Amino acid sequence: MFRLKDTRTAICTLALLLTGSALSSAEAAGTLTIATVNNGDMIVMRQLSTEFEKAHPDIHLNWVTLEENVLRQRVTTDIAMKTGQFDVVTIGNYEVPIWAKQGWLTEIKPDATYDVNDILPSVRDSLTANDKLYALPFYAESVMTYYRKDLFQKAGLTMPEQPTYDQVRQFADKITDKPNQIYGICLRGKPGWGENMAYISSLANTFGAQWFDVSWKPTLTSDAWKATLNWYVSALKADGPPGATSNGFNENLALFASGHCGIWIDSTVAGGLLFDPKQSQVADKVGFAPAPKGPYGKGPTWLWSWSLAVPVSSHQSADAQTFITWATSKDYVKLVAARKGWVLAPPGTRASTYAAPEYLKAAPFASFVLNAIKTADPNGPTAQPRPYTGAQFVAIPEFQSIGTQVGQTVAATLSDQMTVDHALTSAQASVTRALRQSGRAR
Amino acid sequence: MALKAKTSTRIGVTILGWGIALWLFFPIFWMILTSFKSEVQAISTPPKLFFMPTLSSYAEVFERANYWHFALNTVTVSVAATAIAIALAVPAAYSMAFMPSKRTRGTLLWMLSTRMLPPVGVLVPIYILARNTHLLDTCTGLAIVDMLTNLPIIVWMLYTFFREVPAPILEAGRMDGATRWQEMTMVLLPLALPGIASTALLSLILCWNEAFWSLNLTSSHAAPLTAFIASFSSPEGLFFGKLSAASTLAVAPILVFGWISQKQLVRGLTFGAVK
Repeated sequence: MFRLKDTRTAICTLALLLTGSALSSAEAAGTLTIATVNNGDMIVMRQLSTEFEKAHPDIHLNWVTLEENVLRQRVTTDIAMKTGQFDVVTIGNYEVPIWAKQGWLTEIKPDATYDVNDILPSVRDSLTANDKLYALPFYAESVMTYYRKDLFQKAGLTMPEQPTYDQVRQFADKITDKPNQIYGICLRGKPGWGENMAYISSLANTFGAQWFDVSWKPTLTSDAWKATLNWYVSALKADGPPGATSNGFNENLALFASGHCGIWIDSTVAGGLLFDPKQSQVADKVGFAPAPKGPYGKGPTWLWSWSLAVPVSSHQSADAQTFITWATSKDYVKLVAARKGWVLAPPGTRASTYAAPEYLKAAPFASFVLNAIKTADPNGPTAQPRPYTGAQFVAIPEFQSIGTQVGQTVAATLSDQMTVDHALTSAQASVTRALRQSGRAR
Repeated sequence: MALKAKTSTRIGVTILGWGIALWLFFPIFWMILTSFKSEVQAISTPPKLFFMPTLSSYAEVFERANYWHFALNTVTVSVAATAIAIALAVPAAYSMAFMPSKRTRGTLLWMLSTRMLPPVGVLVPIYILARNTHLLDTCTGLAIVDMLTNLPIIVWMLYTFFREVPAPILEAGRMDGATRWQEMTMVLLPLALPGIASTALLSLILCWNEAFWSLNLTSSHAAPLTAFIASFSSPEGLFFGKLSAASTLAVAPILVFGWISQKQLVRGLTFGAVK
């Protein structure tokens, strides 16, 4: 039987509990809230951040780890609505220039001891807008080729110092052994601007294709785009794993690490993961090569950096800058090397990392990564003049939407729902519409 | 002959029941199994059913995140949202069941229609409201939103249960001098207790599993177990073992709770079904 007294007690307890929880959310001064993703290098940073707290007893760090897309959505909402929930945010070089132009990020002014000139120029430039630095790179990645040395040897093949896409296709044909679940080539097929379109945009550049001409008219029906997509679709259909439209970076990493891929062209960050016997069954059989070149052979190549920035909504901007300069410094790289080993040092950001003989010894793929990042040049020229920057993306706010839309159309060609010509015509129409709606094109 | 046919039908129904139960349970079984694999074992093809189990994923999950903090937030939010929702829904359902007007049915349908709107449609206004009332990243804010989200279903369920209670019993109470409050608390509630309990259990499960608002309205202080799970998804690197371990830890309490209270739940859900 219900008793009124019990009900009242329960209501009062609940009210106290909730009030307590509401009050506890008031952030203590000196606490920095850092929004980040669950990548290996970020996990190491979090573990080692106790050293930062020891050196700065007035600053306490509060970590919020989110899934990548949730992080973008949360951080965008937080900054746009000036909530001030985050003091440090982990974002990519796609967001940095766009958000900087919106006035959402605080300019970063590291002190003289930071050695900003040690940061690789292509990475530094990608985080700069109007000659001001708006984020500091935590680690950076480009694109390279991974291949199975044992399968190449068995088939009597040799990977050239600089492979071409024609050669890659021939190699893939020769090592494909579908009855034994060995697929000659694995490429991203999962639709998304940061998934299949990151690879395809980079592929298009080396085939001489580009997203827009100088008047922002999409050029997706050009011969170069047809050649790009024909190569991609025919290679994956002939030599790729089944269900390629479900495979993004992680799925292909799993396929390669478990011995099912002969060649994989993807982010340089996979080098460390494939080379780690704890995560890879083919650690001793992985070969490395630069990303293949297409008929055009030039053009900007993939460059991505996970960077730390301070939103203007942060109430503790000075402390936040102190933290990000610590986490991206040369001393931090040395700290990681001392505590976790050189192979786990954050890659792709600092020339001094690649000058360390210990690092080059521990990470045999390091020279490929350095070369790929140095030559990435996301602001470099495409076959025809272009009005945008970026290599595996177009650095405009609309790209998240149009990239994902075109990505879905491309995936439809892999699953035989559309022909390449039909897909490109459809993509041309949808991108034209999207750019007209945004007012960028007439 | 008839007995033989009856027996074979029973066997068939039993096999079908077990088949459906196993089919429904398989994803949870596979998640638990994967949580005891290493990352390499977790991605192996063909998938391994027999392997040397390891607790490494659990160890890493506990090392990286404070599970108890997330679990306490989930319990606080779920219990608070359910308690407030029941407290508001009981009088609403009581008045609709025993003092219906010509608009009662329309009101009920309207309440239910709010569930048909995708939550993202109201994300911006709710976010601004939470920001302006300083309820972002608080258990209070999340409990209020969870409570409001589940209120239509709770009112609807309680209304259905209350309609099964014979009105003459309440009238008898009134004849004995009971006030409306006494009629509700001393006559109706004890009679409808199995239904209320099962509604509360369902609300608790819905709150426990709610992810959209948890991920959007909380960050660290009030982040519940759904945010805990999401934090183990990685854009670059293998995470299936750790994600499975985090998911197992997150669903374990509510799974055990549901197991213990399943009799009450079934009794409540079939309350009044056979008269």
